[in-house]
Amino acid sequence: MNQILVARNGLARRHRTQKIMWGVFGLSSLINMAALVLICAFLLIKGLPAISWGFLTEMPRDSMTAGGILPCILGTIYLSLGTMVVAFPLGVASAVYLNEYARPGRTLRLIRLGINNLAGVPSVVFGLFGLAFFVTFFGLGVSLLSGILTLSILVLPVIIGTAEEALKSVPQTYREASLGLGATKWQTIRLVVLPAAMPGMLTGAILGLSRVAGETAAIMFTASVFFTPYLPTNITDSVMALPYHIYVLATAGTDIDKTRPLQYGTALVLIVLVLGMNLGAILYRARLQRKR
Amino acid sequence: MALSRKTKDNLIRNAFFLTALSSIVALALIMIYLFVEGLPIFKVVSVTDFLFGNLWYPTSDPPEFGIFPLIAASLAVTVLSSAMAIPLGVMTAIYLAEISSRRTRNIFKPIVELLAALPSVVIGFFGMVVVAPFLQETFDLATGLNLFNAAVMLAFMSVPTICSVSEDAIYSVPPELKEASLALGATHFETIAKVVLPASLSGISTAVMLGMSRAIGETMVVLMVAGGAAMIPTSVFSPVRPMPSSIAAEMAEASFRGNHYRALFAIGIVLFLFTLVFNLVASHVAEKHKQVGAATL
Repeated sequence: MNQILVARNGLARRHRTQKIMWGVFGLSSLINMAALVLICAFLLIKGLPAISWGFLTEMPRDSMTAGGILPCILGTIYLSLGTMVVAFPLGVASAVYLNEYARPGRTLRLIRLGINNLAGVPSVVFGLFGLAFFVTFFGLGVSLLSGILTLSILVLPVIIGTAEEALKSVPQTYREASLGLGATKWQTIRLVVLPAAMPGMLTGAILGLSRVAGETAAIMFTASVFFTPYLPTNITDSVMALPYHIYVLATAGTDIDKTRPLQYGTALVLIVLVLGMNLGAILYRARLQRKR
Repeated sequence: MALSRKTKDNLIRNAFFLTALSSIVALALIMIYLFVEGLPIFKVVSVTDFLFGNLWYPTSDPPEFGIFPLIAASLAVTVLSSAMAIPLGVMTAIYLAEISSRRTRNIFKPIVELLAALPSVVIGFFGMVVVAPFLQETFDLATGLNLFNAAVMLAFMSVPTICSVSEDAIYSVPPELKEASLALGATHFETIAKVVLPASLSGISTAVMLGMSRAIGETMVVLMVAGGAAMIPTSVFSPVRPMPSSIAAEMAEASFRGNHYRALFAIGIVLFLFTLVFNLVASHVAEKHKQVGAATL
């Protein structure tokens, strides 16, 4: 009888421990949520008063202490879209090889190792590489093109990863049916596998786009400049970009305290752009999964 | 002349193969160009003096190229931020994979993803205008831009990585293991602590290595909030200058292919090697200690 009581007490204690730990685990998840909400709410409250039609559509004035951020918005859009034009086909083609053609073996392991390590290279190192290779060696100068090429390499692992996921989710029966009808492997990929995987790949492209839009260190030496009085018209022009503009205004501007509202406004525009794209991709993916 | 279907298919296969090599080619080019631009500095300063020299005065006359304070700063920031990010990330992963209801999970997972998507420059900016003044007042410091601030901001950048990779690992622990533990009378928490976590340890280690690699290479945050003093940190509130922030801050003023420029590329080599080691260890752990399935028990 006594022993049963002791066992019960032990069980109660063990369940209490579990309750406490559940609280701790839940709390750590809440901290993440709080961090996101805090940062977004803060920028929203501080940044919203700075946002106006003029802020979004005008050039900076008075050594960037007044006026708008139009050249930065355009610069970021050109850089991100240009990067996708280069990186999306490359990434999708790599993923097609890895998922459809490659057989397990040393070559495949080597390619995977390369992709994994490329994903781990710090963005400032991409910046250094872009400076040495595209800007100097190819003589492209500090330009949109140098930035686009540098960012394409940076975002390649993201595109390959998501494209592979999309290809993996195409049922094997689709391929078998197509091959069974006498189609070649390439016809199967082009007419059956790729169309089926395309929505998933586009989700990946949006995620890559948002990663590129927020990237700073990789474009510091390759594409973006402190200030340019012109809007970019050519792929060889250097550009202003939203993330670099925030950094410049916050650390090296002519009057850091006076330009605070501009800094908040620019940061708000950037996170709305980036988080908006991400949220869109997440919701779209959720819809795709429900359909399946 | 029309190609036979077979020849055409082979040509296409080879084209895809060549594209798939682009990642390796890019990685190789990155290494080559870092070395080409960076190695000549070792004609001016020996490798030991460069790595273990205590003075970083690249612009004084004569210049000093000792990056030990920068390496120490990078390691200090990474270790401190990991001390916060690892528990936070792993506990969140456990909560999402084991405890939370489907509905909570569907809310929290996108939040972790959005946290990962926040641009580093925005997090750095937040650290500058909110966290720095707060630290300065609360702890009565000379400056709120310091090691601690940078570590906290970096922790929030590596938590999503650590969380999502460990969650996958925890999720793929075979249910048979858990069921056996529960059937023996262990509580759910005891099962997590003594069965699920040990079984997913290799995945969690991979997650930790990837998170640390992200923290050591992150640039904008440390550039904006670490304080920028090239000194070996003496307390958690010392202003520091980690390797990436030195490169980013000084490249603009370094004369093209001068010694300073070369030294910054050499820092890039050191940084690259650090992250390479982290990543290789991570993939090695993931490869060697593949999680056991129920069939191998």
